[in-house]
Amino acid sequence: MHEYSLVQSLVDRVETLVRERSATAVHRVVVSVGELAGVDPGLFRTAYETFRDGTVCERAALELRTVPASWACPACGRSIPPGEVLACSPCGVPARLAAGGDALLLETVEMEVP
Amino acid sequence: MCTTCGCGDTHLVPVELHEKILAGNDRVATHNREHFTAAGVLALNVMGSPGAGKTALLEATARASGGRWRMGAVSGDLATDRDARRLEKAGIPSRAITTGQGCHLDATLVHDALHGFPWEELDLFFIENVGNLVCPAIYDLGQAANVVALSVTEGEDKPLKYPVMFQAADLVLLTKCDLLPHLEVDVEQIRDGLRRVMPHPEVILLSAKTGEGIPAWVAWLEARRAALPRRHGHTHGPGGGHHHHH
Ligand SMILES: Nc1nc2c(ncn2[C@@H]2O[C@H](COP(=O)(O)OP(=O)(O)OP(=O)(O)O)[C@@H](O)[C@H]2O)c(=O)[nH]1
Ligand SMILES: [Mg+2]
Ligand SMILES: [Zn+2]
Ligand SMILES: [Zn+2]
Ligand SMILES: [Zn+2]
Repeated sequence: MHEYSLVQSLVDRVETLVRERSATAVHRVVVSVGELAGVDPGLFRTAYETFRDGTVCERAALELRTVPASWACPACGRSIPPGEVLACSPCGVPARLAAGGDALLLETVEMEVP
Repeated sequence: MCTTCGCGDTHLVPVELHEKILAGNDRVATHNREHFTAAGVLALNVMGSPGAGKTALLEATARASGGRWRMGAVSGDLATDRDARRLEKAGIPSRAITTGQGCHLDATLVHDALHGFPWEELDLFFIENVGNLVCPAIYDLGQAANVVALSVTEGEDKPLKYPVMFQAADLVLLTKCDLLPHLEVDVEQIRDGLRRVMPHPEVILLSAKTGEGIPAWVAWLEARRAALPRRHGHTHGPGGGHHHHH
């Protein structure tokens, strides 16, 4: 259940931002979850709902954007459908993962500032 | 009070960040990597399911190395120091990292474990992660490479079921191959699964028990050591080059 420690890092980061900008409230937090980020979006949300009480995120909605893992040939650009061997046989090169497919990113924090 | 327009209201601003939630861990991992690189130590993150044969692999490595490398290890364990003690017995100076509830190691746990451990004198530093096919993959520790042990007893479907772990692997060791005659498992099917989740599938079939495949693993280690950036023969700046471990 590493989702709890990830949510902790998220909330810590938002807390720092709030301090830096003297924000009075946080309305929304947007996180993108790559299909290969090793994070279960459902568990992440549950962890967030549990953990945010008493933190700056207490009233902040969590928006989760899932990013599919999309692989393509770096030489010819052909996309490799999910489940296929991760290589382009005509070009003889390994497939490359598009950005975001394996990342867990804090995208946006919407907050009220004076 | 808004100082820009004087409207007296607070403003709702979207702060665009687009930053990794694990950025804090990644910073410590980068710091660890700098330590290892500066000291010329090949650090490997050894992962795999509980019981995949990670500790047995390291024991077999000690037997096969014939003293050619100075090795050391830290091993992550929820509650015990059993693996560290097994490794000590096999001639690999080791230290346990007890993670309690934590199902994975992180860069700070590894950094803290370096205190008072003679890691700087090593050629090979093994970080045996907590037995788990999911979370360890997402925490960078500062290793030079990820090695994943997958025993042939775990079933052909594991690569497809745990793509995150295998995608992050630089090398997959199919362990316990001495058991193949007793199993109905198709190694070719495991390899095929790996090709569908790993863009650079590098796989060695081996047995810690019989030693089959261990020479290929030793050769892989040799090659990774040879590929390390050359260790600096001098120190730079006042007080020496890489900072002493704090
Ligand atoms: N037959 C056979 N058994 C093995 C081999 N390698 C490991 N084992 C057995 O598999 C069991 C688990 O091995 P370990 O080396 O403790 O596995 P591990 O991955 O370190 O386990 P954890 O650290 O607890 O996750 C032990 O009973 C070993 O004797 C092998 O090559 N062949
Ligand atoms: Mg072990
Ligand atoms: Zn191509
Ligand atoms: Zn974990
Ligand atoms: Zn340090």
